[in-house]
This record gives sequence, C-alpha cells and structure tokens, in this order.
Amino acid sequence: MNTATQIFDDAEKGSSLWHDAWLRLRKNKLALFGGSVLLFMVIVALLTPWIAPYSYEAQNLDLGASPPSAAHWLGTDIFGRDVLTQIMYGGRISLAVGFIATAVALVIGVTWGAVAGYVGGRVDAVMMRLVDILYALPFMIFIVLLMVVFGRNILLLFLAIGAVEWLTMARIMRSQVQSLRQQEFVEAAVSVGLSPAAIIRKHVVPNALGPIIVYTTLTIPSVMLLEAFLSFLGLGIQPPATSWGLLISYGAETMEEYPWLLIFPGCALTLTLFSLNFLGDGLRDALDVRGSKD
Amino acid sequence: MLRFMFIRILQALPVIFVVITATFFLVRSAPGGPFDQEKVVIPEVKQALEAQYRLDLPLHEQYFAYLGDLAQGDLGPSFKYPGRSVNEILFAGLPVTAELGLYALIIALCIGVTAGVFASLKPNTAQDYVPMSLAMIGICMPSFLLGPLLVLVFGIWLDWLPITGWGDIPGDKILPAVTLGSAYAAYIARLSRAGMLEILSQDYIRTARAKGLPEWRVVTQHALRGGLIPVIAFLGPAFAGLLAGSFVVETIFQIPGLGRFYVQAAFNRDYTMILGTTVFLSSLIVFFNLVSDIIAAWLNPRLRQQFQGGGS
Repeated sequence: MNTATQIFDDAEKGSSLWHDAWLRLRKNKLALFGGSVLLFMVIVALLTPWIAPYSYEAQNLDLGASPPSAAHWLGTDIFGRDVLTQIMYGGRISLAVGFIATAVALVIGVTWGAVAGYVGGRVDAVMMRLVDILYALPFMIFIVLLMVVFGRNILLLFLAIGAVEWLTMARIMRSQVQSLRQQEFVEAAVSVGLSPAAIIRKHVVPNALGPIIVYTTLTIPSVMLLEAFLSFLGLGIQPPATSWGLLISYGAETMEEYPWLLIFPGCALTLTLFSLNFLGDGLRDALDVRGSKD
Repeated sequence: MLRFMFIRILQALPVIFVVITATFFLVRSAPGGPFDQEKVVIPEVKQALEAQYRLDLPLHEQYFAYLGDLAQGDLGPSFKYPGRSVNEILFAGLPVTAELGLYALIIALCIGVTAGVFASLKPNTAQDYVPMSLAMIGICMPSFLLGPLLVLVFGIWLDWLPITGWGDIPGDKILPAVTLGSAYAAYIARLSRAGMLEILSQDYIRTARAKGLPEWRVVTQHALRGGLIPVIAFLGPAFAGLLAGSFVVETIFQIPGLGRFYVQAAFNRDYTMILGTTVFLSSLIVFFNLVSDIIAAWLNPRLRQQFQGGGS
C-alpha cells in the first residue's frame, strides 16, 4: 500500500524515471564511491589557490628532492617544490581539460546528431556519412600533428580533443532522436506549431538525456587520458603550467632516485579515471542505457 | 560477401584521400619554412634547398607533385636527415614496431580472452569480480604510467629484467610488450565477457547442453565462435591504439621503432617526415580496420545484411 502510493506520487511529480535511477544508483557502492571521489577532486581543484599547502612557484633548492614528511606530505621534487601542491594545481588543468573538451564534444555531438536525426532524409545521410569518414581517421596521430603544427596551446588542446570525441555523441543522439520523433508527444508538439528547434530543445533533448549523461561521464576519463598522453610526450601542457600527465612524465625521468615523484601523480590520475569509469558504469546500469560505449 | 568487401573498400578510399590532403595542407600551413631556423643560410643555398624539396613551386603544384610521388610509393626526402628518404626511415622502424605490436597483441588476446571467458562462466561470483576489477585497473592505468612502474619494480628494485633497448639483451622485449598489451588485455577481457554472456543465454547453447555435451565442449565449440565476435571487431580499433601506444612505449624503453620516429619528427619539426609518417600510419590503420570488419562480417552473417538492404 505504502509503496503503491509512493509510486503514484512520483508518477504525479513526473520524476519517477530519475527517482528510480537514483534509487538504483544508490545501491551501487562502487558508483557512489566513484561519485564521491570525483566530487572531492573537483572541490579540491576549485579551492586549490586557497587550500594548497604551499604556493605554486615556491621552491626550496636547499631541500631538493625529499621523501614524504610532516612538512611535505607527499615529498618534494628536485627543486624542492611541494608535490602535493603540484598535484593539486596539475589536477586543476587535467580536470579542466577533461570537462571543457567533453563539453565541446557534447555541444557539437548533440547538435549534429539531433539535427541529422530530426531532419532525416538526404541531410541525415550526408551528415552521418561525414561522421563515418571522420570516424575512420586515426585521430591520435592527427592530434599529435595538430599540436606540432599549431604550437602547444592549451586552448587548442581543448578544441582538438573535443573535436575528436563528438562523433560517438552524434551517433547516440541521432538514434535517440530517430526513435523519439515517432512518439506521439512529438507529433502533438508539431501539430500545435512549435518550431523544429524548439521541439528539439524542449522535447527531444530532455528525453534523450539518459544516454547522453552516461556517455558524457565515460568521455571525460578518455579525454583526460588523451591529455595526459600528449603531455607525457611533451606535446600537451607546457611548463610553467602543469598537469598530471606532465608530472608523471617528470616523475618517470627520476623515478630511480625519487619514486614518489612518479607514484603520487600516478595515483591521482588513476584514482580519478577509476572513479569516473565506475560512476559512468553505475549510471549506465541505473539509467538502463545499453551499448552506449563504442 | 564479395559485395560487402567491395563496399567496405570503396568506403576506405576516400578516408585515405582525406588523410593525405588534410595532412598535406596542415603541415604546409605550419608557421615557418623548414630552413628558416638554420642560423645563416646563403640565399643561393637556400634556393637550391627549396628547389630540391620543391618548396619554390606554388602550393597546389606541390600538392599534385606529392600525390604523384605517393602514387609511386615515394614519401619524399627527410628534412632533418639529409640524404635519407622518409621511406628508408619508415622501413627501418616498421619491423621493430610490428614485432612489438604483435607481442603486445598476443599477450592481450591470451590474457584478455582467458580472463573474459572465465568471468563469463560464473557471473557475479569471485571468478567474475576478480578478473573484471583487474581489467578496470588495466583500463585506468595508462601505459605511460604502467611502463615506468614496471621498470621501477621489475627492472630496478627486483633487477629481473633489462629496462631499455630492443633485442640487445635477452628479455628486453618483455617489459615493453607487457606495457603495451595490458590495456588491450583489459578491454578484450571486458568485451569477451559481455559477448560470451550474451551467447551463453541463447537457445542453441541450451540445446548443446541438453544433448549432454560436457560444459567445456559447449564453451569451446559452440559459444566461443559467437562470443568472440566483439573481440574481433575490436581488433581494428585496437590496432590504431597499439600504434599510438607505441609512441609512448618506444619513448619510455628507447626502442627504435616507428612511434619513436614519429614523436621525434614531431619535436624536430621534420615536416616531410611528419607528413610521410602520418600518411603511412593512417593508411595502415584504415587497412586494418577494413580487415577486422571483413573478418567480423565473415563470422557473423547478420552484419553483412545491413549492406544488402533493399533485397538486392
């Protein structure tokens, strides 16, 4: 009786899908753990300038590289810079690249897929053919090429990575829109004279939100990995700025003498990627989205 | 089947053409000519150099001349290593990278398929959770982190394996191959688990069990063929990933392969080398995507049908 009323109430509020999804997600310990870690990382990244134990430029050449201690929890690098501080500032950039590039991919992909799926016909065929061709391009090589040709500019890095990741988003969005536009409520919206743009924005996108959220959550780690990969090769983030990929690259050079310089930034990156993947998998199960990756 | 192959090949050609054109104009639009950095070059020498590399021609003529050379398989001379052609450098590196990639792929397939199949046989038990958690770690642990960590543990602390080089000391191929292969082992484990789970719930598997086949024969003879299709379809993209991964692994372990040449060319701004390598690697990737698609279609007739719509 009790549950029946509850379901009824939720249905009236029109939020039962999200409510159910939240209930399912709450049971998934790994996803919750991932979400919490991620939230923690984001808060730390936002507050870094105020809570970092040392200033970003602070050096202590007399100290040099020292293992973890009470003054420097994660040790210092060869210039005597605090590793924890470096990781916090690096995390700001790594996370920013992840989120911003994914946002770029999201906007392009959702728009592209929605238009193709909604308009249909020849426009759809041409648009998706282009996606197919771009899909077959070896993008990792192209990004390396872009970084070489246009210099190593952070803004360009965001755009280049975003421009790579929108393709799958466009495919997912298109198939969603195609099935949604057959639905009666879309027909109703057409019949009352809403413009296509308004229908896409108000009816189609909100209803296709589940797969988009899931895929976005899984895109962020792959983007962060790409940034770290480029930075490791020296083609991504340039000093004096830093990112986790760059810190790992420095750490790898001196790991024989100072292994903590490799291990701690590595832990930060791996833990974040782990959390994002668990959260994404959990969301996929909770929102009951199938085959959203690939 | 022939029709499917024909259509797929037709689709691959424009991709390669787009790659060549885009790369050519991107590289040419890069700021600064290749000989501007040289401290003092006598104008006549510079002119002669530019003539040798055809930089004195208008851009579109350079482009068509390059296409002509490409059609004959000539990728042009290197800017940075005078007297060596891009072809020579590529073919010096190719066998090394191919060998590394092959070992990595074998490692990935052996570990990945075994782990995935075992996990799928007892889903939601320890036999499932343990390998799948390891697979998750493998996916989240990038090669540029795993490589140095393996070197640190097995090369420096335990001192079991050599840490650089390729084919100089016995055992020096182990760490690079493991580093490159592990992420793919993880992906393959996840794919084969999902594929097997789907197949194992099919009617024909129940039939096979009902007629009294031992479980291992049900798995090896009936389920594997269908369950591993996702893995085979993944091999094409995996190949592209292995090449990109070889950039990092060859840099870490100082292996003289294609990936290392590419990264070096990128640093040196050796434009013809970048251009040639990009075109070469891209064509290779497109080719392997093609092959893996065709094999997947051969194994799974349903995939072919989408190209035969309209009852033709």
